Amino acid sequence: MTILSLKVTDITEENPYFKTYTFKHALNAKPGQFVMVWMPDVDEVPMSIGWQTDNEFKIGIFKAGDCTTAIHEKIKVGDRLGIRGPFGEGFDLIKDYKKIVLVGGGCGTPPMLSVAQSAAEKGIKITSIIGARTEDLLIYEKEFKELGCEVLVSTDDGSKGHKGFTTEMLEELLGKEKADCIMTCGPEIMMYKVAQMAKENKIDCQVSLERFMKCGFGICGQCCIDGTGLRVCKDGPVFNAKVALQHQEFGKYHRSASGRRIDFSGQSCD
Amino acid sequence: MNLSVNFCGIDFPNPTVLASGYLGVTGASLANCVKNGCGGVTAKSLFMDERPGNANPTVLTYPGGIINAVGLCGEGIKEARHEFEVYAKKCPNNPLIGSIAGNNIKELVEVAEIMDSYPVDMIELNFSCPNVDDEMGRPFACDPGMTAEGMKAVRKVTKKPISVKLSPNTPLIGLIAQRAEAEGADAITAVNTMGPGMLIDIYMRKPILANKVGGVGGMALKPIALRCVYDIYKNVQIPIIGTGGISNGKDAIEMLMAGANLLGIGSALAYHDMKAFELITTKIHDFMEEEGFMDVDELVGLAHEDAVDPRKF
Repeated sequence: MTILSLKVTDITEENPYFKTYTFKHALNAKPGQFVMVWMPDVDEVPMSIGWQTDNEFKIGIFKAGDCTTAIHEKIKVGDRLGIRGPFGEGFDLIKDYKKIVLVGGGCGTPPMLSVAQSAAEKGIKITSIIGARTEDLLIYEKEFKELGCEVLVSTDDGSKGHKGFTTEMLEELLGKEKADCIMTCGPEIMMYKVAQMAKENKIDCQVSLERFMKCGFGICGQCCIDGTGLRVCKDGPVFNAKVALQHQEFGKYHRSASGRRIDFSGQSCD
Repeated sequence: MNLSVNFCGIDFPNPTVLASGYLGVTGASLANCVKNGCGGVTAKSLFMDERPGNANPTVLTYPGGIINAVGLCGEGIKEARHEFEVYAKKCPNNPLIGSIAGNNIKELVEVAEIMDSYPVDMIELNFSCPNVDDEMGRPFACDPGMTAEGMKAVRKVTKKPISVKLSPNTPLIGLIAQRAEAEGADAITAVNTMGPGMLIDIYMRKPILANKVGGVGGMALKPIALRCVYDIYKNVQIPIIGTGGISNGKDAIEMLMAGANLLGIGSALAYHDMKAFELITTKIHDFMEEEGFMDVDELVGLAHEDAVDPRKF
């Protein structure tokens, strides 16, 4: 597989921490797949694929670490980023779903938009729950609405929509309506709660995990999850929630670059 | 028909062994490879200290194979104990090879002492890591004297079978293998990646790997690895784990005939994913059936002029 060094054709600042980058290339990725994005002299990191058309794809980059900060600060329209992929197993829309609920937070929102795009094409009814710390940090609300989704918003500080978490909105929703499948991408503790709620309500659920990656295509072993050893880059990143819940590390810990286990509050597990 | 191999007194259910550096960070991952049909596994090389490795890009494929500069990342030998215990509990019938490295002989010996206490069936010495004891920082495996010194020092601290993993980046591999054997090596693993090599992105106008250079494996390595194993087989009596560019069953049989008793499988995962192990063992089985062999041992070294074809009796 080669690296495609593609020019960025558009940059949209959704909020001070999040920008959407557009590339003119027919990626033909499935919703939930990702690409490895190379910022020369800095790093190469996995990014979920967002909106796609016949000849374009978009990724959403959240300013989290050295690489994403360098991209935000240095890349202008016309500059190139290295794109390797698409990789991984995406969301499964093959079953006879009539109504789905999407639960997205922060940098988990682009793949939720990608699923919504595909699901809307199939005529599936969609409720999209999006969450953020505050109103200004909500991402893609307009885009979800334009696809015909029912959009439910939650903010930690109550500046828009429900004051609290997306999982609280999901609980309320499941109390009132039926859904065929819940799909989620965002902070792992949120996804863990979503997976448990889906299990309790006996609803299909798919979660999109994120782990530190190196090769990105299933051979180095950096992103394997305990206890089956499945690879997030190749066997995931999207997993059936039942499968994810079989893993003792889901919602509990992940691994650093050296392979050391770190719990989700940042502390070493050793 | 028998595909199991007894290697240094250890029973491998089939001749495929996961090579070091592939899928070997966690015990769970190693166990997943066994679930997909490999006979034994080699864990990722461990130093004394925790190492994050290099920034990405660290691994790339290209039409001839794979280039990598992952950077020998690892938790460090002490913290990794947990992963060995997880594997040993999940896969008691599939041998576990622990791989060790050191920046100098003193560190190598300290790591070996700790690895000796782990539930590993065998210890593999990664002699392709740079050695700061050498005035030019050359890897142990590039010099017969350093290989001998390193092997001798490690031999003192463990009774477990030891395989010395050699580098193809030397014209003296047969001699180097001999020196390892003379100091008590029980086996040779041949070979590590060749190079270092490089790939350049013409639009970024830069080398692609963050480390700029990396080890080359996969299909391009195969003829080199075969010749190295062929040379080593002529120079030592101890058995060989042959590895380097085995991408399918035919390549595997070539490697057995060159002189390998076991097959290190790595880059094949890039071409066939988890189906690689079964693909290879099935082809070996079918070949043996077609050609009238009863035991996989009979294929070992058959490409040598003085080999006796067991079917002649």
